[in-house]
Amino acid sequence: MKHIVIIGNGISGVTAARHIRKNSDNKITIVSAETKYFFSRTALMYVYMGHMKFEHTQPYENWFWKKNRIELREGFVSKVDTDKKELEFKDSSTLSYDQLIIATGSKPNKFGWPGQDLDGTLGMYHKQDLEKLEKYAPDNKTCKRAVIVGGGLIGIELAEMLRSRKIPVTFLVREDSFWNGVLPAQESEMINKHIKEHHIDLRLSTNLKEIKSDENGRVKSIIIEETGEEIPCNVVGLTAGVTPNIDLLKESGIELGRGVKVNRFLETNIKDIYAIGDCAEQHEAIGQRRNIEAVWYTGRMMGETLAQTICNNKTAYKPGHWFNSAKFLDIEYQTYGWVFSEKGKQENEAYFQWQHPTENKCITISFDKNTNNFLGINTFGIRMRHEIFDKWLTENKSIEHVLEFLADANFDPEFFKLHEAEILAKFNNENNTNIQLKKKSWKRIFAKV
Amino acid sequence: MKLIKQSGLIIFLAGLTFFIATVFTGSFNTTQTELDTFIKEKGYKSEIIKDELSKAIVTEDNLNIFEFSSGVINAIETSNNHYDALIAKFDAAKNWDEKGKQFQYKIFGKPHSISFELAKRSGKGFAADNTGLAWFLTFGLGIIGALLFIVPDVILLGKPGIKNDGIFLNAATNRGWIGWFTFIFLVTFYILLYFYPDFIVNWVYLVDPISKSLSGNPAGQWFLYGYLYCVVMTVMAVRMYIKYRHNKYQILRTTSVLFFQIVFAFLIPEILVRFEKPWYDFKNAFPLDYDFFFKWNLDELLASGGFGLFILVWGVVLTIVVVPVMVYFFGKRWYCSWVCGCGGLAETLGDPYRQNSSKTLLSWRAERIIIHSVLVFVLVMTGFALYTFFSGADTVLGIKTQTIQDIYGFLIGAIFAGVIGTGFYPIFGNRVWCRFGCPLAAYLGFIQRFKSRFRITTNGGQCISCGNCSTYCEQGIDVRSYAQKGENIVRSSCVGCGVCSAVCPRGVLKLENGPEDGRINPTEILLGNDVDLMDLVNQK
Repeated sequence: MKHIVIIGNGISGVTAARHIRKNSDNKITIVSAETKYFFSRTALMYVYMGHMKFEHTQPYENWFWKKNRIELREGFVSKVDTDKKELEFKDSSTLSYDQLIIATGSKPNKFGWPGQDLDGTLGMYHKQDLEKLEKYAPDNKTCKRAVIVGGGLIGIELAEMLRSRKIPVTFLVREDSFWNGVLPAQESEMINKHIKEHHIDLRLSTNLKEIKSDENGRVKSIIIEETGEEIPCNVVGLTAGVTPNIDLLKESGIELGRGVKVNRFLETNIKDIYAIGDCAEQHEAIGQRRNIEAVWYTGRMMGETLAQTICNNKTAYKPGHWFNSAKFLDIEYQTYGWVFSEKGKQENEAYFQWQHPTENKCITISFDKNTNNFLGINTFGIRMRHEIFDKWLTENKSIEHVLEFLADANFDPEFFKLHEAEILAKFNNENNTNIQLKKKSWKRIFAKV
Repeated sequence: MKLIKQSGLIIFLAGLTFFIATVFTGSFNTTQTELDTFIKEKGYKSEIIKDELSKAIVTEDNLNIFEFSSGVINAIETSNNHYDALIAKFDAAKNWDEKGKQFQYKIFGKPHSISFELAKRSGKGFAADNTGLAWFLTFGLGIIGALLFIVPDVILLGKPGIKNDGIFLNAATNRGWIGWFTFIFLVTFYILLYFYPDFIVNWVYLVDPISKSLSGNPAGQWFLYGYLYCVVMTVMAVRMYIKYRHNKYQILRTTSVLFFQIVFAFLIPEILVRFEKPWYDFKNAFPLDYDFFFKWNLDELLASGGFGLFILVWGVVLTIVVVPVMVYFFGKRWYCSWVCGCGGLAETLGDPYRQNSSKTLLSWRAERIIIHSVLVFVLVMTGFALYTFFSGADTVLGIKTQTIQDIYGFLIGAIFAGVIGTGFYPIFGNRVWCRFGCPLAAYLGFIQRFKSRFRITTNGGQCISCGNCSTYCEQGIDVRSYAQKGENIVRSSCVGCGVCSAVCPRGVLKLENGPEDGRINPTEILLGNDVDLMDLVNQK
């Protein structure tokens, strides 16, 4: 029986712990300074918005951990002694391990802006950030305006949160269109419009210069880089991306880059120490993925994979086809396979795009110009089946095939309006083809690769 | 808009206040002639009751309903005590003949119901004489106020989409003080309705004209309840239409329950009565309709000729054929959240409270024990009832059929389905009865779990464990626990309301009817990871 210690109780660490428990009798301890019990980081926003209470974000009841013999230790790890195989905590207590899993996640980026640590500045990543927000922006009387810096997924979620309490929001986005490093122009433009519809003061191509303080060390206003304009505000949300949270490992001898360097087996340079989730950095990127994937799903997958290795079934981390999802205010977004923005597109990649004339719905299908191979899809406002797209990607289907059988992929609730026919008509029109839409077939949906 | 909403609230509360105040209005007394007529109609043989009732309610005084009621109830009690004393006396003297004779003089039936009947004939005052105006000040203001409160949401909620903002910050919906007041009001209402109908006779006056125009008869407390049910559901359906205006499934479902409530549970039965047919709700399936096989009901049906026979056959076919076949194809949702009256109220009036249902494992265990006990109870009781009907014996195994029926009617029919089932909406969520008590739901659930095409499909590996689905599941299913494993949800308690799918921010859930193969798909490793690993682990 080994003692497995996991630093971090986010989705990666907890998934690893659960799967190690399923497959072995090892002693497991999860260490966290953030909260005692695992909660769903993705749901923090809903607590502030009043959709849920904090306890609703906890996927397991509190008895779960004892029942499954997973020990929870609250504490802040200040040092890892790899020779003694021991963790040292801030309160100087220690904990020894046989195998260590580093799953410390991320922290919000700060780019050295003047005033970036004032009272009233916050990220939106940790439970403590939520508590800060509740303190500094409980309502629109206490917080007359909030400024959000950084136009990514967390930025727009923070904007939505603040708007749910009618707090005026100015949203500073570095790019000239929202998230257009990732999204094709069609989608990015749709989201720009949608953000403004929600009465969010969206400032594109705008950077933060500094955050000004009042006499009590609290945020008073911000200055915009480009225009020098001063915007009075009480809260500044710093959501310009995240960076691995690995300060505690600085002296440990564990090889670090931006994150903890790991090989395909999620092993670090030191035996019996592994890293997973947001803080892990692959030596070489996997396929078209990034070396550091700060994505919820990949954190979960790394946890699943590493648990196998720990339980004597050495398994390399081999994520399948890329997929992701988000929600931009009222618009749901799913993506399967690779769709790069105009900026990041390869030579051979082309788009087929369709947009609904009035509603916030659109799709972009990326395909290979030379072979017509389907490469990926972005879908906004239309839900699609994960399994079907995963299968089509595995089988290297052509874009014609995808469109012909698009009805199989629809995942919207019953009675929703279907748009496959319009989408296909547009494609036929643009490419002088005559593809006929096939009716949805359960047989095909359930067919295995 | 905010102003309209606030004035709506004020108008609604004014209506509610008038409604509550109405109970205390009116004056009640009767004349000797009227009383004599009543006693003759009832066929009371007691020699005392006439005098006792005369003393109590034949008066020039304007009694309020509570004085009137206690007068009637005391009279009945005095009369019954008199004969009970005689029975005891003859019993002690072993004079069996005389003892047996005394029973015919006793007055059976619920005292408060007898008092209701008398009061209904003898009331005067605001509700009884100015019915139109009284209706407007109560129902009218309530409806107008509620609509003024609800309709501005079209603008105030912003763009169509899931807007659960502030639900857990609001005292009405997070078990705060408003929730507790609502709970007290609803529980009180049900206790009065079931056990003290005479106290609310003034409310019944309000709907008399409506009852007369439908069935030709004056209203009783159940007509009042049916009418109120329809009104509340209609108003709250408007709220549903606004809240889920982006979601066609919710809109159709709301329309469907509303239609079945108004047409099948309210209009058709009343019109049947007008044509001197038995009052029957064609969509109310046994065992939810627990007294269908009671002797009195079977007798009544058999006495009403061909039509009664048709109802009898339909009731049996509905339970044995229609219900299971439909559940096989569509899941129990076809009934519970598209047709059923209890479900209809839960999905309209109850929707603001759905997040209060408990999701713990403990409640799931309790739920299974309780609901299946009720199913066993109703089946055993029905067995007794049918045995009694065919054999004519009053007792089975030494237990009186009537006693079993009374216990069920009181505990399950009134307390569980009514007082707890609706009264506890603001505390335990809106499907307390459907989840813990309804024997029909238990039966449908069995079929749904083991032989149905229905499931809630989980979309591969897309779940982010946020927990919106579990939070808003009215049946207390921990939907997330399945979704985050990439597993389809097949649970006997699921009523297919579709809200988990509606609130999911990532489009992970879809209610569908598909082939039975692959419906239940336990997974350990979700789609998105190494295919070999998925196969390896999921095949274990």
